[in-house]
Amino acid sequence: MDVTVKLFAMLNRYAPDRRKSGEPFQVTLPEGSTIADLVVQLGIPDREVKVAFVDGRARASLYQLAPGAEVGIFPPVGGG
Amino acid sequence: MWILRLNMTDHSYKLEDILERYKHLGGRGLTSTLIYDEVDPQCHPLGPANKLVFAPGMITGTSAPTSARVSVGAKSPLTGGIKESNAGSGWAPALARMGIRALVVEGQPEGEGFWMAHIAMVDGKPQVAFMPADEYTGRDLYEVYPEIYARFGNKVHVAAIGTAGEFGYPNSGVAFNDMKRNPTRYSGRGGLGSVMGSKRLKAIVIDPTDGPGVHIADEGLFKQGQAKMREALMEHAITKPKGGLNSYGTAILINILNEAGGLPTRSFSAGRFEGAADVAGEAIFETNKERTGKEVYNHACSPGCIIQCSNTLYDKDGKEAVSCIEYESDWAFGPNCGISDLDAIGQLVTLCNAYGLDTIEAGVTIGVAMDSGMIPFGDAEGAISLMHEIGKGTARGRLLGMGAANVAKAFGNPRSPTVKGQAMPAYDPRAVKGIGVTYATTTMGADHTAGYTIAPEILSVGGASDPLKAEKGKADLSRAFQKTTALIDSSGHCLFIAFAILDIPSGFEGMVEEVNGMFGTNMTGDELVELGAEILRRERAFNEKAGLTKAHDRLPEFMHIEPLPPHNVVVGLPDEVYDAVYGEL
Repeated sequence: MDVTVKLFAMLNRYAPDRRKSGEPFQVTLPEGSTIADLVVQLGIPDREVKVAFVDGRARASLYQLAPGAEVGIFPPVGGG
Repeated sequence: MWILRLNMTDHSYKLEDILERYKHLGGRGLTSTLIYDEVDPQCHPLGPANKLVFAPGMITGTSAPTSARVSVGAKSPLTGGIKESNAGSGWAPALARMGIRALVVEGQPEGEGFWMAHIAMVDGKPQVAFMPADEYTGRDLYEVYPEIYARFGNKVHVAAIGTAGEFGYPNSGVAFNDMKRNPTRYSGRGGLGSVMGSKRLKAIVIDPTDGPGVHIADEGLFKQGQAKMREALMEHAITKPKGGLNSYGTAILINILNEAGGLPTRSFSAGRFEGAADVAGEAIFETNKERTGKEVYNHACSPGCIIQCSNTLYDKDGKEAVSCIEYESDWAFGPNCGISDLDAIGQLVTLCNAYGLDTIEAGVTIGVAMDSGMIPFGDAEGAISLMHEIGKGTARGRLLGMGAANVAKAFGNPRSPTVKGQAMPAYDPRAVKGIGVTYATTTMGADHTAGYTIAPEILSVGGASDPLKAEKGKADLSRAFQKTTALIDSSGHCLFIAFAILDIPSGFEGMVEEVNGMFGTNMTGDELVELGAEILRRERAFNEKAGLTKAHDRLPEFMHIEPLPPHNVVVGLPDEVYDAVYGEL
């Protein structure tokens, strides 16, 4: 199945090609894959991931992705 | 240790020994207590009975990291309630090191002219000279600051108002100098600039040379606490050098709020902006890299800061164009106005600094003007032109200087994203419900900093809370954050230490030890948080006497009936939740 992925801030260095932070790209995963599986496939060390959003909702790493899901992955961020 | 009173009626001053009951207070705790004790809650905010109070934090002026904060307080001309607005500047430790725990500006002179106060140490005590300041009025603060520095020397620190404060706008801040002596660090919220202007005080110049410094009762304990705080800030991914804030600034939040569907877009009509990535902190970083040929990390707004989150945007020629574009400012003029041009946003922020305006109030006001049809969304040139009108005091500019709530009224627009007359910051309360509880209930009017539930709701810092869940627990969450915030705002630490100390318990211990070391006290963490609660009760009591009741602790009606895309949600919390915040304090 295909999902759309956006990587933000420091995580953008794990995105293919040279793209802008948060610019979406497609990833093909086996059916039933979780956020954790996606993170492994992208080669991102687990400790660098703080929050992952799936279709606008923050989800735990064992959340199962559906085909066509939009996933945004963030390192620790803060401000205000 | 003194309280220094400037009487603007006759241009005299008085140096008082600080009273016992104020001795262990600082920052917001001290400004709010002095206002509670001395200002008639029914007074006109711009009349002679209001007082403008400046107080450095409890530990400001020491070597504790990230502690150069000043609180400014008064009765607010924007909200009609008590106000504390907090800034980071070398001005704060300079005042503290002169032995001044609070500076109280009182009274009101007759006549039209503006004055400035120059405070310097003479024979071991602060001495004040009042002098005419008309040569600085009606002008861009970026021109005025270099002239003041040329006149008084580079060792001074300067607080001043712009034309917004001179005109008496409800949107007007007090500017403080940054590390490059520019007028960019603001106590922006709540119209405190016009309170200063009503007293005909243009600037307060302080020269800390020969100040006695701050007295620390228990140096050993203080140093132990300071080390723990330092360690926490150096370790946490958000606050450490080259961490999130140092690399991308506070505008790193644009993308995550956009992902969460809570980034208010086009005057709170959607929770996602198609141009978000173009104006995010990452875009500022990449733009600078492209324009300067190197990676530019951020700088400190004030001395002694480890976090160093202040960014600079460079122009196409690689020259500094503006500093600093904070998340709230970036959002207010960017997504909130449908503008995705970083250079235009930078220019709008610069105009706020030049004219002495709060960026949040100004951006939300322009957004409301766009929503009301004055100019179209996305019209950056139009927005710039309106900002000049505000700064120059044209008829239309004066209307806009009244702030978002008043402009919505002038256009008969019920979509007024305000609480108690103050503009909402950069989180839509329909998609992030806890922050809505803070907006509604804080004594300050809509204010994110007063109880930053965004940490657990969006950032997964300090636990996790579902931002979309309309539950009673949001009252408990907001109350807990409001209490702790009142403490941090009093300590003199920047609120951003919260990111580290929420996740690293030894950091919080460090703050407790710093305060105990400073005063020679033996308070527990819980007792200090209770002090935060006591400060909130005083502020609340002032507001009740000023006529602000729980009927004012509500979000605007349109947010209860107009669903916010992409989640298509309304606020959905019953009144009892708002009432529980202070009802159970």
